[in-house]
Amino acid sequence: MPKIKIPKSSPSIDMTPMVDLAFLLVTFFMLAASFRPSEPVTVETASSISDKVIPENNIMVTLDPDGKVYFNLTNPEARKEALNNMASLYKVSFNEEQIEKFALMSTFGCTMKELPAYIDLPGDSRKEFKTEGIPLDSLDNQLKNWISYSQMAALNTGKTAYEEAKQKGLAPDADDFKPKFIIRADGKSVYKKAEKVIDVFRELNLNNLNFVTSSEFNPNNPN
Amino acid sequence: MAEIAESGGGGHDKGKKRAKKSSTRVDMTPMVDLAFLLLTFFVLTSTFSKPKVMSLAYPAKIDEPVDKNAPKLNNGITFLLSKDKIFYYTGEFYPADRPGKDGPTKLTETNFSASGLRKVLADLNSYVLLRKEGMVKKVKAKQMADTTYTRELEQLKGKPEALKVLVKTDDKALCKNFIDLIDEVKIAEIGVIAPVPMLPAELKLLETQLKK
Repeated sequence: MPKIKIPKSSPSIDMTPMVDLAFLLVTFFMLAASFRPSEPVTVETASSISDKVIPENNIMVTLDPDGKVYFNLTNPEARKEALNNMASLYKVSFNEEQIEKFALMSTFGCTMKELPAYIDLPGDSRKEFKTEGIPLDSLDNQLKNWISYSQMAALNTGKTAYEEAKQKGLAPDADDFKPKFIIRADGKSVYKKAEKVIDVFRELNLNNLNFVTSSEFNPNNPN
Repeated sequence: MAEIAESGGGGHDKGKKRAKKSSTRVDMTPMVDLAFLLLTFFVLTSTFSKPKVMSLAYPAKIDEPVDKNAPKLNNGITFLLSKDKIFYYTGEFYPADRPGKDGPTKLTETNFSASGLRKVLADLNSYVLLRKEGMVKKVKAKQMADTTYTRELEQLKGKPEALKVLVKTDDKALCKNFIDLIDEVKIAEIGVIAPVPMLPAELKLLETQLKK
């Protein structure tokens, strides 16, 4: 009796389409990912319906749940200028290397005295740096000086960028080159602390403030 | 693994020396492993939703004392915020020792949910919201341009009939409460929002309410 032969098929599967797809996705995520620089503080903001994306050129004050205040300025050139002005005001000296490092840093929250030591730390250990945040009481209002110098520096760099854009024949909007003021407060921090930061901005006559929020569903225009 | 090498040809061995036909397939498993590893890494690390910002314009700080003859706030609502609690009263504040027509001001408690705060604001700001609805219909029927709509909505928000909101916070209120409130105020299309310091009499009233 002849045996029925089952055709022996190779147990391998053609993986090419899967690999194609996997690499496509890898490429997409690689290009789409934007890496955030490590920040010394993580805050969880409240949510709002606002759909305004955070502006590129900004001066940001961060408030953590304990009420410590951190500061950040996005433009590296403006950072250098602001640091030089602050250094001469508080008589703290920085060397070239420290200034370069500072320009590329992100959020920081320490007094001017602590700043050189803080800059010298390698990136990972900055998180563990013991500090009380940037002082903002009436006797030693470093935050106010940071904001005012940063604003001036950011306006200067913004002005040159504006002129450059104009020379290239573009029609730039002057407002895009002005720094925006942002408050990133943790949802769990006490509002009175945020109010103090807001008051510092208002004392400098900067009244248009932005609060960082995560987005939520807008009942007015459901898409 | 995924590929079992098949023996090439074979069977007819007539003395001819053939070059061994080796399979042209490459074992792709390690590559796939790596691809998926990278994929997982990028999926998990990438942050898609960039944080958003909510703008709030504060009134300029003026050193001169507030004008006593300033027009009285009509059609206003005042929110008193404490930790995860919210109270409100409408119109002017009348302390217990100087009651108004309807006696001293009483606080009403509400919550941050859609049926609480959002409803209160929608009811009180119906003047703007009803007109806005009419305009939205016109825009949809192509009887009104978008730009006109935005401009008229801004004008509508500034009208005396539109609701105005005062926000007062005590020492225990959280930033989250404040932002949630401002958010609801924006949902209700209210144009005038003023965060102002709390009066001592209001604080007293709030504290007695909180103790209940």
